[in-house]
Amino acid sequence: MNNWDFGLTMLIVAGGGTFLTLWLLGLIIDLLKRLFPLAPEKSANDR
Amino acid sequence: MIDNVVAGLSGLAAGVVYLFTQGLPNAIMLVVGGTLLYLGAKKNVEPLLLIPIGMGCVLVNIPLSELGGEGGLLRIFYEMGVANEVFPLLIFVAIGAMTDFGPLLENPRILLFGAAGQFGIFLTLMLALALGFPALEAVSIAIIGACDGPTAIYVTSQYAPHLLGPVSVAAYSYMALVPIIMPPIMRALTTEKERKVRMGSVKKTVSQTTKVLFPLVVTLVGGLIAPKGLPLLGTIMLGNFMRESGAVARLTKASENEVANVVTLFLGLAIGGTMEGHAFLKPTTLAIFGMGFVAISLDVAAGVLFGKLVCAMTGGKVNPLIGAAGISAYPMAARVVQTEGLRYDKKNHLLMHAAGANTGGQIGSVVAAAVMLSVLKGMGLI
Repeated sequence: MNNWDFGLTMLIVAGGGTFLTLWLLGLIIDLLKRLFPLAPEKSANDR
Repeated sequence: MIDNVVAGLSGLAAGVVYLFTQGLPNAIMLVVGGTLLYLGAKKNVEPLLLIPIGMGCVLVNIPLSELGGEGGLLRIFYEMGVANEVFPLLIFVAIGAMTDFGPLLENPRILLFGAAGQFGIFLTLMLALALGFPALEAVSIAIIGACDGPTAIYVTSQYAPHLLGPVSVAAYSYMALVPIIMPPIMRALTTEKERKVRMGSVKKTVSQTTKVLFPLVVTLVGGLIAPKGLPLLGTIMLGNFMRESGAVARLTKASENEVANVVTLFLGLAIGGTMEGHAFLKPTTLAIFGMGFVAISLDVAAGVLFGKLVCAMTGGKVNPLIGAAGISAYPMAARVVQTEGLRYDKKNHLLMHAAGANTGGQIGSVVAAAVMLSVLKGMGLI
């Protein structure tokens, strides 16, 4: 494999892979936030 | 008797004689080491790193000191924790323990800024290859663009150990120069109207359960996609899990302080010990410094351009400046964005949004390195 092929492969696969991995992590964090939402703070009257 | 005296005196004079006969590279590096010490001690430029690196550089370049040779103190530090990657990984535990990913978790889509901020790595890789560097050396040079010292050291110590000195010094120097490198690029690529976009305050929406699960999810998902980089991801996320779980406050505190301090000292000395004049002063070193600068500049430019794209797609709700914070230099990059925002609108506080992008950049740099290593492994190059 010549340098040009190697560089282009890294740009597409590794660059694209980084972007997709972070996008996927973003989706999973969104899901976690929905599954475990922040509990609303109890007011003084509720206690 | 006289012969013995002469022999003894020649032993005392050997260092000076060497310096004046074949020690020009050492003399230059003594100046370089002195400059690093001056920058660290007097100008407060990354002192925790530049002082040990500078001292290591001075020690290894004193002629005939043999500190960097087989069995020498600096060589022992190198073998102890750099050659086997233990030091950068321990630093990662400390970084994880110190980092609050809260601003990122409030707006997870901001992780994409952390991806855009790594684009300079891949463009610099192309540049290094075009200049004729072999594949693994080009990868090690390009990783300076991660703007993340431990990541650069981790990758370079494995795949181009002879470049460790210049790559590490370039990575840490440019991290320290982020406040100088970023603003001109941010101004050149944005309009005044874009710089004045207000983003409002960040509301607290993340539960503690999410914060605790986050490091585990990143480890699992990142490890499955890029197992070759799991040591990087796993250690930073271990530190963060300890922090967020709150169950091991002693370990978290120790990671943030004692572990980080001791390892930083040994790591700095070991890196300085690789800067022996005859090995360091080569055209390659200059090329590495040049390409490191290009890498970080391209990271910032890619982040801002991505910010402009998001700004356009959201109808002007996102300030493109926060894209510049999608690099790993934390929290410096976020502070630079805040300062630039305030320069054009005294009431425009971008810090929390920029901190989110900045922590995204921290994860982004580690993920980029992990993905690169796994792709290299897949291609059979490592």
